[in-house]
Amino acid sequence: MIGKEEVGHLGWLARLELSEAEKELFERQLSSILDYFAVLDELDLDLDSETTSVEPTYHGKKDVVRADEPRAALSQAEALRNAPKTENGYFKSPRIL
Amino acid sequence: MKSEDRSGEVKIGLECHAQLLTRSKLFCPCSTDYQNSEPNTHVCPTCLGLPGALPVVNEQAIKYGVKVALALGCEVQPVTTFYRKNYFYPDLPRGFQITQYDFPIALNGLVKIENKKVRIRRVHLEEDPGRLVYKGTIETAKYSLVDYNRSGIPLVEIVTEPDLRSPKEARVFLGKLRSVLGYLGVFDSDLEGALRVDANVSVAGGERAEVKNISSYKGVERALSFEITRQRNLLRRGLGVVQETRHYDEARGITVSMRTKEFEHDYRYFPEPDLVPIRISGLVAGLRAEIPELPDEKKKRFVSQYSVTQEHANSLTFDKSVADFYEEVVSKMPKTEAVAGSSAAVAGSSAAWVATWVADVLKGELNYRGISMREASKLISAGDFVTVLKLLKEGVVTERGATEILREMLDRGGKPKEIVKKKGLASLGSAETEKAVFEVLGEEQNAGAVADYKLGKKEALNFLVGQVLKKTRGRAEPKKINELLKLELQKK
Repeated sequence: MIGKEEVGHLGWLARLELSEAEKELFERQLSSILDYFAVLDELDLDLDSETTSVEPTYHGKKDVVRADEPRAALSQAEALRNAPKTENGYFKSPRIL
Repeated sequence: MKSEDRSGEVKIGLECHAQLLTRSKLFCPCSTDYQNSEPNTHVCPTCLGLPGALPVVNEQAIKYGVKVALALGCEVQPVTTFYRKNYFYPDLPRGFQITQYDFPIALNGLVKIENKKVRIRRVHLEEDPGRLVYKGTIETAKYSLVDYNRSGIPLVEIVTEPDLRSPKEARVFLGKLRSVLGYLGVFDSDLEGALRVDANVSVAGGERAEVKNISSYKGVERALSFEITRQRNLLRRGLGVVQETRHYDEARGITVSMRTKEFEHDYRYFPEPDLVPIRISGLVAGLRAEIPELPDEKKKRFVSQYSVTQEHANSLTFDKSVADFYEEVVSKMPKTEAVAGSSAAVAGSSAAWVATWVADVLKGELNYRGISMREASKLISAGDFVTVLKLLKEGVVTERGATEILREMLDRGGKPKEIVKKKGLASLGSAETEKAVFEVLGEEQNAGAVADYKLGKKEALNFLVGQVLKKTRGRAEPKKINELLKLELQKK
C-alpha cells in the first residue's frame, strides 16, 4: 500500500530524520493502517444519492458556536511553564527557513 | 504585434488575508487586543496547541465572514466546515492550521475596479499563526523567538481568480478591498499588518510562482513588479520559470526562493474532527440588511447629491470615516448664504466647495503627517471644521490662514478662533494690503521684477504677489493683491 519512498517523504514533511530500519518499520505499520481503512472501500455507496450516502456525523452535532466574549488568558509564566527553552517571555525555537 | 499574440502577458491572482475585528479569537476566548502587549500574554491551551484543548468557533467571526462574502458579491454556501492544514513551523503550535477547504463560507464573487471585473474564487475563514521574532536578520539569527498572542486571531481569506494583469491593478484591487472591509466595520485598515497578501504570478510562456509575505498594502506593487521582471528576464534568456514558492523580502524589495518542495497534497488537508458543520444560509438575509452603503454606491450618490467631481468623490469615499466626516460638515454648513470667499472654487455649490477642503486640503495635511481620519477626528471635530470654513467665508482669514488653523489643530491642538488670535491669522483689511503692495513695489530688490513686468513678462507678477504674501505672512488675499499690483504697475 505504501512505499519506502513515501515514508521518507512523510518523514521529511514531519521534519523527522528516519533511519533505514525505521523507514521499514513505519512502512509496515502505515500499510497495515491503510489496509484496515480500505475495508470501507468495499461499501457500495452512491455519494450523490439521498438514501445510500452517509453524511459525516462528527459528534452528531451541528451549529456549535460560542459568543464573541473575551475571557482571561493564561499568565505569561503559566504559558511558558512547559517550554524547554524561553527568552524574554518568548518561546525559543530552532530557526527554520 | 498581432492582437492574438499573448506573449509576455501577465496573470496575477491574489490570496488576501485580513484580520477580523472580533473581540475574542477564532477558536478560543482569548482577547484579540494584543497589539503592544508583552509576548504570550493573550494565550490559552487552545491557541497554544496544548493536548486536550478543544476549539469552538466564534459566532461573530462566522457572521463577519458572511458579511464580507456578501459585500464581494459571493454565493454564500448553505453549510460550512473546517479543515486541518498540516505543516510544521514554529509559529503553528499544533502542527496544523485550522482553515477551510471544501465547503468554504462562500464562492464565486465579483469585484469591480476601474473598468474591469475581478472574479472572486472563494472566501473562507482561518486562524492567524503566531509571530516569529529573529535576533538580527532572518538569515543570521541562530534561533527564533515565538509569540503566540496572534495565534488564533480570525482571518478572512479572499482568493481571486488570476484576472489581474499588472502590479498596478493588483494595488487598485487591494485598495478597493481594504475600503470595502473598512466600510463593513469588520477590519481595522489603520492597523499595521492587518492585511497580508500572497500572490500567484505568471508571465505567458512560464510557470507561475507564488510570492508570500507581502505584508503591506503598498508593498504589493513593488513585490509584483520585481517578480514579473525576474520572470521576464529568465524567459528572455531562454531559461524556464519553475513553479515554486518565493518569499518577499520587504526591506530589499526582492523575492527569494524558499527552496521548499511542499505542494498542496503535502498539506494533507482533512476535516477538523473537533469542529462541527455550521449552517450559514439562515444568516444571509439578516446580515445582508446590515451591510451599509458601500464605496461605489456612495461615490455615485456624492456626485449626484453634492455635485462633487468624480475625483473628489473617489477621494472622499475611499475611507468611510472621511466620507462620514464630509457629510457631517456639509450638514452643519449654513445653507442659504452664498459663499462670499475669494477663491475660484467658491463659484460652485457650497457642498462641492467643502469637498475641496476635505478631499484636497485636509486629506493632504493628514497624508503629510501619516495619520488617519479616525485619529484626526479626535483633534478636529466636524463642528471645528465648519467654524474654520465659516471664518474663511466671512473673510476673517484667508485660504492660507484657514490651512494654518488646520495645521495648528493637528500639530498642537486648540480651537479655531483661539488659534486665529494666538497666531495673528486674521486677514488684513484693504488699507493694510495696499500698504504692503506699495512697500513691495518701492523696494530696491523688486525693481528688476517691476521692470520685467513692464517689458511684458507676466510671470514677474507672480513673483511680486509672492513678495506681498511673504510680507503679510499670508494674511492678505492673493486675488486682492493681484488686482492692486496690476493697478499700481499700470500707473508706473
